Amino acid sequence: MTSVEQVQAAWAAQRRVRLGQTALIAVALVVAVLISADLGEVDLVRLWERSDRLGNYFGRMVPRLAWETLAEDLARWYRRGDRWLRELGVTILIAIYATLFGMVLAVLGAFVAARPLAPAAWACWAMRRTFEFARTVPELVFAVLFVFSFGIGPLAGVLAIALHSMGALGKLFSEVAENADPEPIRGVRATGASWPQVMRYGALPQVAPAFLSYGLLRFEINVRAASVLGFVGAGGIGQELYTAIKSFAYTDISAIALMLIVSVTVIDVVSERLRHRLIGAASLRAAA
Amino acid sequence: MADPAPSGTFLRLEGITKTYGAARALDGVTLEVARGEMTAVIGRSGAGKSTLLTVINRLIDPDAGRMTCEGRDILALRGRALRDWRRRCAMVFQRFNLVSRLPVLTNVMTGRLAMRPLIPSLLGLFTDEDRAAAIEALVALDMGPHALKRADELSGGQQQRVAIARALVQEPQIVLADEPVASLDPRNAEAVMEALARINRDRGITVLINLHSVALARAYCRRSVAMSAGRIVYDGPTEGLTPPVLERIYGTADLDAIEDAA
Repeated sequence: MTSVEQVQAAWAAQRRVRLGQTALIAVALVVAVLISADLGEVDLVRLWERSDRLGNYFGRMVPRLAWETLAEDLARWYRRGDRWLRELGVTILIAIYATLFGMVLAVLGAFVAARPLAPAAWACWAMRRTFEFARTVPELVFAVLFVFSFGIGPLAGVLAIALHSMGALGKLFSEVAENADPEPIRGVRATGASWPQVMRYGALPQVAPAFLSYGLLRFEINVRAASVLGFVGAGGIGQELYTAIKSFAYTDISAIALMLIVSVTVIDVVSERLRHRLIGAASLRAAA
Repeated sequence: MADPAPSGTFLRLEGITKTYGAARALDGVTLEVARGEMTAVIGRSGAGKSTLLTVINRLIDPDAGRMTCEGRDILALRGRALRDWRRRCAMVFQRFNLVSRLPVLTNVMTGRLAMRPLIPSLLGLFTDEDRAAAIEALVALDMGPHALKRADELSGGQQQRVAIARALVQEPQIVLADEPVASLDPRNAEAVMEALARINRDRGITVLINLHSVALARAYCRRSVAMSAGRIVYDGPTEGLTPPVLERIYGTADLDAIEDAA
């Protein structure tokens, strides 16, 4: 029988060991950060001394707007607004098409990459590696490649984002598919349906709401991705933003950035509502 | 359509064995099923009844043994021929195994998938004939009014009748029912058993049915096969399931204890 004192002593001993370990890890961490900062040429003094430059940059981006001449000032700020709006539209279209293509490819591959559903182990392995490759390579790298092969323009952007989306969504979709209820799938298989038919009728109806929800989330991400792809010539508003930055057209930068922020926010809010409705509906049915 | 009266061997199993690790689910099962018969398979849970049916449908393959249907080697079937075999021996499951988010009608029409070309079926296109067959099967099972509801809106007994309708549109020669009433209340259980008895009687479809309840076997099946530890320990008329025989199968002749154990 251990007494209260013995347990207390054991607790104190354990705490001393834990504290020692924590202190050791903390010191090691600080040393590692200092070393890496030195290697990475992080200079806190310079960061502090030159921080006003950042402020300057933002200061120059603020357009001159006076209450008396507000309409004219706004018109001057957005004198190229027509063009930017068109390019913003292109950016959103790039995101839509890329998400759709990426989703279709991911849905087709997800059932192959889902372990309990895969038609063959080697196919499952190959599809998983394909998805991994597609999502490991950043969109920008794909975009540079496609601009080089297919020329400047939105097509390169669509392909680049679609490929990356396929990889990212394929991973998520296959995980969702792995958790599908196996009983209905067995039910359809027992009728003599072929593998694609079993997936279409036994598995897809179960996972469709989750797929749509993840697809919408990916669309939000893809709008942001599409808005910078123009930097490498893959179409959309990014090209305009890049031109503005290169030519020091400060107020143009803020005008375009503001348009981007507003449209991304609107899309995020709308898509979040839709997603919650999808997930809510699915979970309500599951509970019923 | 097959002769409604039992005549000739339809299905023959010889020495079918299936092991899961160290556990023998089926241990040299030899069994003959005559065309047009309605046969009960009884035994404790874990006796190998479910494995037996899934092996016959070829959802799982046995480790050893032979299986022939009217002289044809079933275990050698591959690809399209295998899928056609599965279509010909329809399965009904304890948990219904319907796709809950699909409408009842679509669930029934999945029984037609093996007969349809791939691309139209993937696009969700079924023929008018498929739809007519599905509706006819649903009406025959008193499920007509529920055809357009989602499968998960129905009660268990209703879902099981939808599953039987799915089996019927497969135009099967044999229906394998795996504990079809184990999850149902007595009233629904009777409706489902009646439905199975009717398709056997009126359409001459052979029925092999796993039952945990000896009383149900007595009420619906002339022949019973009893399994224990993966072996067949009794095969004969259901009336032959006397207390001494039941004692050998279940370790007790007390019917209430048997029902509780199942």
